[in-house]
Amino acid sequence: MGMYAVRLWSVRHSRLLESFYQGFERIIVRLDPLWKRIGYERLEQPVAAVERQVKGLLFDCQMCGQCALSSTGMSCPMNCPKNLRNGPCGGVRANGHCEVKPEMKCVWVKAWEGSQQMLEGKAILDVQKPVDNTLKGHSSWLRVAREKAGARAQPEGRAS
Amino acid sequence: MIVDPLYDPGDPLPPLPGHSSRGRLERVLRSGKFAVTAELNPPDSADPREVFERALVLSEVCDAINATDASGANTHMSSVGICSLLTRAGYAVIMQISCRDRNRIAIQGDVLGAAAMGVSNILCLTGDGVQAGDQPGAKPVFDLDSTSLLETIRTMRDEKRFLSGRKITVPPAVLLGAAANPFAPPYDYRPIHLGKKVAAGAQFIQTQYCYDIPLLERFMARVRDLDLHKKCFILVGVGPLASAKTARWMRTNVPGVHIPDQVIARLEGAQKQKLEGKNLCIELIQQIREIEGVAGVHVMAYRQEELVSDVISASGIMKNRQPRPQARRPAKERIA
Ligand code: SF4
Repeated sequence: MGMYAVRLWSVRHSRLLESFYQGFERIIVRLDPLWKRIGYERLEQPVAAVERQVKGLLFDCQMCGQCALSSTGMSCPMNCPKNLRNGPCGGVRANGHCEVKPEMKCVWVKAWEGSQQMLEGKAILDVQKPVDNTLKGHSSWLRVAREKAGARAQPEGRAS
Repeated sequence: MIVDPLYDPGDPLPPLPGHSSRGRLERVLRSGKFAVTAELNPPDSADPREVFERALVLSEVCDAINATDASGANTHMSSVGICSLLTRAGYAVIMQISCRDRNRIAIQGDVLGAAAMGVSNILCLTGDGVQAGDQPGAKPVFDLDSTSLLETIRTMRDEKRFLSGRKITVPPAVLLGAAANPFAPPYDYRPIHLGKKVAAGAQFIQTQYCYDIPLLERFMARVRDLDLHKKCFILVGVGPLASAKTARWMRTNVPGVHIPDQVIARLEGAQKQKLEGKNLCIELIQQIREIEGVAGVHVMAYRQEELVSDVISASGIMKNRQPRPQARRPAKERIA
């Protein structure tokens, strides 16, 4: 199975990957005290390396450092040649293929399909902020762990 | 002479409560009139007269002129340049901004500059890929996308700050527009995507060329279900096709253009293809006008500007509307 085929497999199994990730996220957020003890800075390089391998295989992840997969049906928006993070451009071909790379399915056609199978698929409606290029190459997992654990520690800041 | 301010092409007009801009287009749209905008073909030249000549033809029949930003990824005179010329001459313009060629630093600066020149309307676009144009070796930028660009300019206007949070003393008073393509997949997602753009700040929409009324009707039905036609003004894109050959060329080479086979067959079967293309365009405008929730049309007559005025008068959409007064009038006569 080539990389591109794996990427399409992941979108087809967006529901499965979503629940897997939710469990995984719960664990890494809960382990925040441990990460703190080791030091987030020290963990950055090794964790980013693992994240790159795993998500690279599953999603052709480009390590933007601000993962959007949960809001894009598990179809990585950084594989869109225009890096669109809020939906498809107007150039999608009649067969659903990409305007820029005709041999590839449009990343957002896939994202829409993937999101419809997901429990939290509605997240595709959220308006995404512009990419922060200073985060490129950094671990999204650690960032989420740190931010969510931090928000939980502050009573008002509690998200869900 | 007393001029109805609605038809005064001079920007800015006196501010009105609840309006984002001081432009004419917003007044026409909010007053519920069927609006007409038209695209100016940018010259491959440094001669301002070419811009003025083309604008004069269009301004006689439309409420605002679109200044394109290297559409199709082909280099032409810039939208900033065209807007600078046209606002000085008193025309109402829609400045197009594509995310393909400039990053957030350049774009935010252009927005301030544009508003300072008297631009009242900005259309936020992603932009066609560089592969589509005459310079496929160019570096694509795509730092923002059309949705985050809308949100960026809305923040500049309403919260008086840049993306960075830095303060803006006088915000850009612009009406924000976005594009929509009801004629490209994923069809079910298109109305939802429109909703996302409205949530990000889009107040008017200009669509891709429409040659497929049933597809447009399907799209508009969903738009009405979502109540989006009450949250933004939707102008449907139209344009005369010069021949069956042009139509075929367009649908293979211009990203996002959908022309059904029946349309091409109709042109092919006609004695005078150019005339048939014009008649088809007039018919489409009349059908589009009947669709609930459509606020106007956006005419894109690629290299056929001379047809725009015929098409618009023949379709009857500007009936009972005064033609616009002379664009160039002494400064003292303009409303400051
Ligand atoms: S067609 Fe899809 S993948 Fe290709 S540039 Fe447009 S949005 Fe991106």
